[in-house]
Amino acid sequence: MSGTGRGQAPRIVTSAERLRRLLALVPYVAARRAVGLAEAAETFGMTERELIDDLNLAWCVELKAPEPYCPIDLSYEDGEITISQAESIARPLRLAADEASALLVALRMLAEAGGGGSAVARVIAKIEAAAGAAGAASSQVRVQIESPNVPGVSATLATALSAGKRVHLRYYVPPRDEETERDVDPMRLLVVEGRHYLEGWCRRAEGVRLFRLDRVLAVDVLDLPAQVPEEAEPKDVDAGLFRPSESDVRVELDLAPDARWVAESLPCESVTELGEGRLRVVLRAADTSWVRRRVLRLGEDARVASPATLAAEVREAAAAALANYE
Amino acid sequence: MSKRRTERLLSIVVLLLSSRRYLTAEQIRNAVIGYPEQDEPFKRMFERDKEELRDLGIPLETGRANPVDDEIGYRIRRQDYQLPEIHLEPDEAAVLGIASRVWQSAELAGAAAGALLKLKAASLDLDDGDDGAATRSRGIQPRLTTQEPAFGLLWEAVRDRRPVTFDYLAGGRSNVTKRTLEPWGVVNFRGRWYVAGHDRARDAPRVFRMSRITGPVRLAGPPGSVTVPEGADVRELVKDWDRTPARDRTAVLRVREHAGVILRQWARETVAEDGHPGWDRVTVSFADAGWYADYLAEFGPDLVVIDPPDLREAVIRRLKGSLT
Repeated sequence: MSGTGRGQAPRIVTSAERLRRLLALVPYVAARRAVGLAEAAETFGMTERELIDDLNLAWCVELKAPEPYCPIDLSYEDGEITISQAESIARPLRLAADEASALLVALRMLAEAGGGGSAVARVIAKIEAAAGAAGAASSQVRVQIESPNVPGVSATLATALSAGKRVHLRYYVPPRDEETERDVDPMRLLVVEGRHYLEGWCRRAEGVRLFRLDRVLAVDVLDLPAQVPEEAEPKDVDAGLFRPSESDVRVELDLAPDARWVAESLPCESVTELGEGRLRVVLRAADTSWVRRRVLRLGEDARVASPATLAAEVREAAAAALANYE
Repeated sequence: MSKRRTERLLSIVVLLLSSRRYLTAEQIRNAVIGYPEQDEPFKRMFERDKEELRDLGIPLETGRANPVDDEIGYRIRRQDYQLPEIHLEPDEAAVLGIASRVWQSAELAGAAAGALLKLKAASLDLDDGDDGAATRSRGIQPRLTTQEPAFGLLWEAVRDRRPVTFDYLAGGRSNVTKRTLEPWGVVNFRGRWYVAGHDRARDAPRVFRMSRITGPVRLAGPPGSVTVPEGADVRELVKDWDRTPARDRTAVLRVREHAGVILRQWARETVAEDGHPGWDRVTVSFADAGWYADYLAEFGPDLVVIDPPDLREAVIRRLKGSLT
């Protein structure tokens, strides 16, 4: 199994991968009267050179018996490919178990997230029918998505998005335990790491922001058109939501054995064993207020080793809190 | 070498698809270019080729090549090989385009892309897929990532019904235990991957968080050797494992105005606190004093627990722990 990189540098392809590709490429071209070289290369994520090599390979196939003949006949000229004869491989191979499962799990997740409208159920049925037994394993992969706290937030935002309207959000910012108000021009709705997000141009921050839907306290669709500036680039959420930056504060945290499980939910740069089950984790935070809150939560099981200012903030917050109990 | 091999494999596929009869290894050798003259190297090469074809999902069938003797032959039945006819409406094609971009993991992103190529090869309906970008942006775009290194092998084990062994660091513990699991399924819950199945040593269903698996996962049995019990719902198992207990206790808190926004969302009652200007009295439900005290300690000087006493003591204990 491997990823098919789009626009990546040429890589070594095994004979099995190449055969898999050919068994799709030949019917792809055969089903169309003529296909542009560039278009086919893009569809299959390969260079035109690689594509021509593959076409040559198919064209060279020759069977010696019972009588010598060449089963595949094709030509490419003026940047166009035509296949006049593809014989028995004119239709693509059935979906493999991985392929059918990958698609079916994705489709069911989309349905559960409330996306795809009425088409999604129809596509699931068609893919299940086409996949046959190969789709069976997909029922052993399940995806559960958190629903937003406030019902209807997702539907309201979807409406605003398709109508191209600006929205007004009351939005909770946990690190500062703060409620904020802002106008946002919606760009897209995402489900990442099991949670719903709105991506949009935040007019308060003047930048692209992701808003977790379970932190939206209220949403109003404004009677104003959404105006997403040209320079607004969607965030690349696929490499993980948390992107530390060099300007972030480096925090060292020591965790007692009872709190070592916390490490897996923190965006750690490094995790080091300190012996006897203790851990030192290093993380980066743009705003250290959430680290202060996490450390307060852990009490004696967590200690800020550096920076000293954050360690002092934690002690001061604890002392001030205890004073309220006197 | 690779080019020759691909050519040879493609020739076998074309040959066997075109034949109604079972063809013997010898007949295949005579028809296909590239096999060696000597018998032993041919046999080895042919075995490898068959395995490769089957790995690709090509339904290579065996049967008696002729009624006279028992010699084994091979064929590929078209109806088993070919992707059935499929027609998609434009809105269905757009949905398939979104679905094919959901997986971000090395293991299944390639599989989804491969499936889309086959479907494109089978039908012209998907040709306008990328013009549907505008349609796509209107809908929800889900993403599935697999950062857990154990995912690839566990998925293979689930797919092929094979038991696995791995080392596991249970939550809140610091010692690793070796587990043997008959996996029933993998579940993504709140963005994390779990594997659920029958734990052989404990002789009971168990759920494992993949991020807590340390070291490699090893396959521990042949394909098909795991039986998933009728009606086993892996999603329910994971939910049970991660279930939050009922919130059947009541706490009274003094919370500074503007603080505890989410706390107030869940509150049963919020009123201004007599004698404490700038503070509210918030009544909430909670389940477990220990867990809830952790959460309340976060609020530091913005929150005071008034009642019940055990919750109050637990918060004070956390705060004292942060003093030193």
